[in-house]
Amino acid sequence: MAEPVLQVDGLKAGYGPAEVLFGVTLTLHRGEVAALMGRNGAGKSTTMKAIMGLLAPRGGRVRFDGSDVTGMAPFRIARLGLGYVPEDRRIFTDLTVFENLEVGRKPARSGREPWTPERLFAVFPNLSEMRGRRASAMSGGEQQMLTIARTLMGNPEAVLLDEPSEGLAPVIVEQMAEAVSRMKAEGIAVLLSEQNLDFAAAVADRAYVIERGEIRYEGTMESLEADDAVREAYLTV
Amino acid sequence: MEPSFLLVQSLSGLASASSLFVIASGLTLVFGVTRIVNFAHGSFYMLGAYVAVTIVPWLLEFDRSPWLFFLGVLASAAVVGLLGVAMEILLLRRIYRVPELFQLLATFGVVLIVQDAVLWIWGPVDIPGPRAPGLRHGVYIFDQRFPAYELFLIVVGPVVLGLLWLLMHRTRFGVLIRAATRDREMVGALGVNQALLFTGTLFLGAFLAGLGGALQIPRVSASAHMDLSIITEVFVVTVVGGMGSITGAFLAAVLIGQLQAFGVLIFPKITLVLVFLLMAAVLVVKPWGLLGRPEPAAGRAALPEGILHPRHFGRLEMALGAAALAALIALPVFADAYMLKVATEVLVFALAAFSLNFLVGNGGIVSFGHAAYFGLGAYAAGLLVTRIGLPMEPALLAAPMAGGLFAALFGFFVVRLSGIYLAMLTLAFAQIAYAVCFQWVEVTGGDNGVVGVWPSAWAASRQAYYYLVAVLSVAGILALRHVIYAPFGATLRACRDSEARADAVGVNVRKHRWLGFSLAGSAAGLSGGLYAFSKGSIDPTLLSIPMSVDFLAMILLGGIQTVMGPVLGAAAFHSIKDLFMPLTDHWRFFLGASIIALVLLFPRGLGGAFAMLRSRAGQRRLAAVTAA
Repeated sequence: MAEPVLQVDGLKAGYGPAEVLFGVTLTLHRGEVAALMGRNGAGKSTTMKAIMGLLAPRGGRVRFDGSDVTGMAPFRIARLGLGYVPEDRRIFTDLTVFENLEVGRKPARSGREPWTPERLFAVFPNLSEMRGRRASAMSGGEQQMLTIARTLMGNPEAVLLDEPSEGLAPVIVEQMAEAVSRMKAEGIAVLLSEQNLDFAAAVADRAYVIERGEIRYEGTMESLEADDAVREAYLTV
Repeated sequence: MEPSFLLVQSLSGLASASSLFVIASGLTLVFGVTRIVNFAHGSFYMLGAYVAVTIVPWLLEFDRSPWLFFLGVLASAAVVGLLGVAMEILLLRRIYRVPELFQLLATFGVVLIVQDAVLWIWGPVDIPGPRAPGLRHGVYIFDQRFPAYELFLIVVGPVVLGLLWLLMHRTRFGVLIRAATRDREMVGALGVNQALLFTGTLFLGAFLAGLGGALQIPRVSASAHMDLSIITEVFVVTVVGGMGSITGAFLAAVLIGQLQAFGVLIFPKITLVLVFLLMAAVLVVKPWGLLGRPEPAAGRAALPEGILHPRHFGRLEMALGAAALAALIALPVFADAYMLKVATEVLVFALAAFSLNFLVGNGGIVSFGHAAYFGLGAYAAGLLVTRIGLPMEPALLAAPMAGGLFAALFGFFVVRLSGIYLAMLTLAFAQIAYAVCFQWVEVTGGDNGVVGVWPSAWAASRQAYYYLVAVLSVAGILALRHVIYAPFGATLRACRDSEARADAVGVNVRKHRWLGFSLAGSAAGLSGGLYAFSKGSIDPTLLSIPMSVDFLAMILLGGIQTVMGPVLGAAAFHSIKDLFMPLTDHWRFFLGASIIALVLLFPRGLGGAFAMLRSRAGQRRLAAVTAA
């Protein structure tokens, strides 16, 4: 297996007096797609925020691409090459599609072909038609594509993708799956959080299952699909 | 009226609109990105004027050319821009996440420090600036002479608007600023160093304020009062235009400029009343201003935390209260005249501070203009006694009525808003009340105020008046305290903590807030009336911004999450200020620095620090018990 690009070890985090993560440990290898599965409130988004530095970790370690990034400012973590696509998209609605991409732009990394708006428009053809449009005038699916494109503009080594399929029409979910596969084909590692097992199965190599702020299961995607007991216990509602 | 006269009037309105816009654009820009309403923006404007009257004449020594004049103006603006950078790095960076009330107070601390610095560097005398070479002549428009420099100013506004538009839409810096205006955390997660972005924004904002000030030097002398007078106008422009909207600020500046230019013809004395009417009209129709939008849920409270569980007095508090009451009664026996004067004032301010915390701590209504109701109470009482010749007793009855009525009038608009808009609106109303008292010389005596506001014969001695104040102030405080514990107080707390949920369970949020605002206003009015008779005079400083800030400092010092804290805060603040002020020429500096220190170090006030110590001691005891 490839070397790890992201290592999370015993990560603890919470909001105010509420503890949410009680020591999350997981690893993302170069170029792989891993799914972080779990129910609402299990701690998926919190894990991603704490990795990204948007929420101050209260314990544990996060290593990314060889450096310890625990508690670092989000912009520094992003500059090291970790991209973040939030669950609620957080598109800059006043800006045009093109300007949204501009905000995400960061210098290219050596040994990779840099992402440009033109290259991204080839991957996301609908965005190309509306490059001058205000993001507020886009549909939810289009906005979701734009957040991914915006993150790719930073030429990331790995991407945290928070609930990419949530609340999207089936046809858009399919496009999302294609986008994830495309990232993988480009050699970008992806950690995505999901509730939708079908979506995760379609794109991910490995899976972690999180429940009440702790990792309860780790294995290949196939073995998770085959494990009825784990699915019963942690995933089905 | 002749058309040419109207045209010239309108042009001069445009010239002042232009200047106003240049300054307001900086404030609204900084607010958009940092979500901080920078009180010190007016100080940057003042510094721009002072730096310009220093370096422009020096430059003109070399050659009296227009180019050197404008080079000097731009250089002054750049100097002020750098001061903005210093402020961002030294102060703002530390307070981005603290509640709005603290941000306003901390930047007001900077206002005080800058005022002292300006007096120290440039002295108290106004400094006239040179006139602009090449623009000193007048231009004839039909038969009316119009200064060429004013025509030039008319052009500056749209040019700045255009340049800002280009900056915002055609440069990466501008795109990042616009993105950060909507979601600065996400901008950070995309790898943008927010610190640099914020520093850059502060440079730009302070530069614009400095530019506005430097451009004024051919028209007005640099003076140490420029800061607070401009900041009110700028607040009104940004609130009317919509916070964070540059185009909105332009529209609002033009509207207000025209209104003032023609208002002068109708109400020469009190043009500000027209501005007030405009602001009120706009805010009723569009609460977020002409082009503003509802605050994005920034996830940041306006308040640190208010009163959560008002506890009834325990045995300890009962004992302390009884001791305090006994001390109050016994004080005149051993106190000298000075102590009695301070004690009387402390009692007056205790009521005012308590009424403010009734709004802030209990209601979550962060009023930045509470001195208005205090001052209007004082003016009502003072004017009735001196102009109408009424005795003290009915005048003291009129004081809370005046405070309450004006609070009801202003509050009608205030309670429609929340957060920073609300704070700015209360401040703007207070400044309007201040301006009316200041400008309406025939009735209010203007700057000098009115003297001869003396108590009735039976209360004329210091001791007797002290007892009168003690009775009324303690009664006022106990009555308000009772309201805090009553269902009405609990309802206000519910509205504070969740407007939506309070609304959903059937509470008329606006009406409750409005009643609360009026009640607090009438208590402040009573306090103001008592103050007028203790001083024997009234003057506009009673409703000035520094007075409002004093009240806020008192409740902050006492701890806004406590019920009785404001009383302690008023006592501590006023006695320290009264002892300290005569000892130094730089009390503004010390006050400003103390406010900043208070915000940075003790955000929960003395009461909060006391409560924390007690809970720590409690934990230690608990730990000891568990260990055993």
